[in-house]
Amino acid sequence: MLGSGIRYFDKVSSKPLVRHLIYSGSVIFFLGLILVPPVLGIAIKWNTLGEIFQSPSLMSRASSAIYASFTIAFLVSSLDLVAGLLLAWFVARGKSRWLNIIDTLADMPFIIPTVTLGYSALLFWSGPGGVSQLFGGNPLVSPGWLLIVLLHFAFSYPAVVRVIVGALLDYKVVYEEASRTLGAAPLTADRTVTLPILKSSLIAAFTLAFARSLSETGATVIVAGAFENGVVFIKNTRDLGQEGPMVFVSFILILTACLIYLVIRLLGTRFKVPMKRVWPSAERKLSDFKVRALRDSLTTAVFFVFVLVPSLFIVLPVVGAVSGGTLNQAFAGVGVWQGYWQSFLLSYFVATAVTVLNALVSLPMAVLIARKRWGSAASTTLDVLSNIPMIVPSVALGASMSIFWRNFAFIPEIALIIFAHLSITYPYFVRAMVAAIERVSMDLEEASRTLGARPFTVFRTLILPLTKYSLFAGAIMMFARSVDETGATLAVVTRVKTVPVLLVDWVKGTVPASSMDIAFGAGLLLLFSFIILLVLRLMVRGRY
Amino acid sequence: MVNVSKRFGKKIVAVDRVSLQIYDKEYFSLLGPSGCGKTTLLRIIAGLIEPDEGEVYIDNKLVNELPPEDRGIGFVFQTYALFPHMNVWDNVTYGPRVKAWEETKSERIGREMLEMVRLYERLDAVPHELSGGMMQRVALARALAAGAKLLLLDEPLGALDAKIRFELRYELRKLVKDLGLTAMHVTHDQGEAMAISDRIAVMRKGQILQVGTPQELYMSPQHVFVAHFIGESNFLEGHVVEVNEKGSVIELRGELIVRTSDKTKNKGERVVLAIRPEIFTVEKGRRRRLNSMPGYLERFRFEGTNIRYEVRLKNEDVVVIIRPALVGAWFDVGDEVTVSFPSDKSFVFTYPSKGLREELALE
Repeated sequence: MLGSGIRYFDKVSSKPLVRHLIYSGSVIFFLGLILVPPVLGIAIKWNTLGEIFQSPSLMSRASSAIYASFTIAFLVSSLDLVAGLLLAWFVARGKSRWLNIIDTLADMPFIIPTVTLGYSALLFWSGPGGVSQLFGGNPLVSPGWLLIVLLHFAFSYPAVVRVIVGALLDYKVVYEEASRTLGAAPLTADRTVTLPILKSSLIAAFTLAFARSLSETGATVIVAGAFENGVVFIKNTRDLGQEGPMVFVSFILILTACLIYLVIRLLGTRFKVPMKRVWPSAERKLSDFKVRALRDSLTTAVFFVFVLVPSLFIVLPVVGAVSGGTLNQAFAGVGVWQGYWQSFLLSYFVATAVTVLNALVSLPMAVLIARKRWGSAASTTLDVLSNIPMIVPSVALGASMSIFWRNFAFIPEIALIIFAHLSITYPYFVRAMVAAIERVSMDLEEASRTLGARPFTVFRTLILPLTKYSLFAGAIMMFARSVDETGATLAVVTRVKTVPVLLVDWVKGTVPASSMDIAFGAGLLLLFSFIILLVLRLMVRGRY
Repeated sequence: MVNVSKRFGKKIVAVDRVSLQIYDKEYFSLLGPSGCGKTTLLRIIAGLIEPDEGEVYIDNKLVNELPPEDRGIGFVFQTYALFPHMNVWDNVTYGPRVKAWEETKSERIGREMLEMVRLYERLDAVPHELSGGMMQRVALARALAAGAKLLLLDEPLGALDAKIRFELRYELRKLVKDLGLTAMHVTHDQGEAMAISDRIAVMRKGQILQVGTPQELYMSPQHVFVAHFIGESNFLEGHVVEVNEKGSVIELRGELIVRTSDKTKNKGERVVLAIRPEIFTVEKGRRRRLNSMPGYLERFRFEGTNIRYEVRLKNEDVVVIIRPALVGAWFDVGDEVTVSFPSDKSFVFTYPSKGLREELALE
């Protein structure tokens, strides 16, 4: 049955009309379910904007919050770029086998759900059992602006390191060697040859960190205290039912994020770093082994102190919670734990549905973009549009999307969560697949066609096997992102709650949970995420 | 192919109104410099690119609307395009499998093709374990196993070492001839095209300048670029001063008078005279002969089989002369010499409207 279905589909895939229908279907799905609803949501509530213009204090709060979002994002991505570049360099170019361990550790914050990471950072920097113990018990960093910066730095860092390590491994060292044979010191070669060649990857890493910082909600709410950036403002105004201010800040954040992304995208490649000037003797001294060793040590120290330890600090209170009896309460479903398991199942059900649905409908979109099936201009436009959900703050996206979908009362809340998660995770999969398909030489595809394979056969026998790792990596990323998603979920839910939303409620005291409960709840989310990712990884490895 | 054109954007005309007929079981080469449109033309035949205008026929059947998989062609890519996730056997039997041929038939053909290219013992190897020559043979076996009658070869020897390239070109031709296939071979290497082809089309800037056997192209080039690209030529500018029943008299720069057997040009017409370096006779001192041109030896290069002389003529033009190293006397730099050529062994072309340099440019 399946075989004959595939054969039939193979056969009809030669017809241009069938191919156009598949591609159009994918684009319609993207526009209809992901891109247009938030825009319409803002349009529907446009008339409520008067509310904020009539209140100078609200307007002042909103402006400060928006300003804080962008300054924090800019500061964090700049710091991430510098620190991440140094660690990536150390990992990619170093020869010690210990670097493999550092490389793996650098990925750790990746797999930690951001609400867990947020609570972990809060405990580490502000909690009585954290780093404050070294400073007489007073909180070293109180919840607020600085703690948001430290938190965003920690969770954006692995993404930056991963992008730059990838670029460095792909980079042809022969350019650097040519520069060295022409008399350049190692640092001069790195600065004048390697870095300019890696410019697009550096821009991509910066953009990614910027978008992550701008968008992150759940963990930010946990560490913000009374401080408001854009996403915290949206959450607070939504909780108070102030639609006008919420729509205003959502609109400004979405618009500004899109504009910044467009500027980076359009002007990024033209931007030239003034790298030509060389200071031979100074750079030769800075290339010295001792200086490099000092630099690498400082880089590793920054990674441990500001990224790894705050991210994994949650393990200590989790162990305390287990020994303190929270484990029994949790599994007995007593007290605050009554709702936890329901939320838990909901989180993983949503993540599974979103992963399967997005993988199916976004694959044709990835092919359309990577292979420029509708021409270069259409490909670039779709590429830019499909990235938008990743760069706009998820809570803003969720809020505007929620306004639109609530006009259809028959749609259940769980469907709204799925729609929101589809939007948020869509670019992760499309980006991964576009990059993977672009790496498959067109020669292979054309060779396959000349040997008699029909378009769908080419896809089945060539594109899928050659991109399977990216496909599974993209799916895993989507799954993890969906389990972790807080901002958009906060904005669309009223009755049901996913685990991250529940944890935010626990931390903010909406539900009377003890710190042991919170730590254990966050730890469980981390543990299950880790187990599922591990199982998926083993499944992929076993099968292929 | 009838009037086939292909443009990329508004400015680039990759193929410009090309009409071409290739005969059954013929080994045909498309020869031209890089960027002349030969690969685009090949891809149009394969159906990998749609032409903007014109018709493509295979076996007298219009195939413009047919996708590549239905054209019955085999395509060998310059990079071989062996599927990296499949071993040699899976690569070679890919065509039969995707065409859903019977398993026994697919296996028989796969085995035959691999035996033919002498790689049956490497059927478990993955592409990156093979040498360039082996990969080329697997790519060929794969194209043939899919049942192709028309083999399209896009610089199939381009990525190989000179020695292997030299050996494989004859192997390739023999295989095509033994199997009774029709082949269209794209190359920029004139030696390869001359050695391997029944006929050659010389392309430049999207147009076919001349189609002919290797001998015809070498002995009777119809275009100044063909005289330049096929073999080697000296180009001397002049104008026709007389046309008679024996041919024409041409005055070169510096009032040098030469005679040719060409009668196609008119008196007073500005022309370019092309003379192959191996046609010249070179003698020491001043000699008075037909088409003799005095000069002195400016440069000398020993090339093994041949000696290459560069002689600066009295009119300041420099001509290249190639003589067998083991025949005749050698000359020294600075020697006064006389070079001459037979009147029926030169080619006369109308002076190009855009200038000679532009007409000979490879790009």
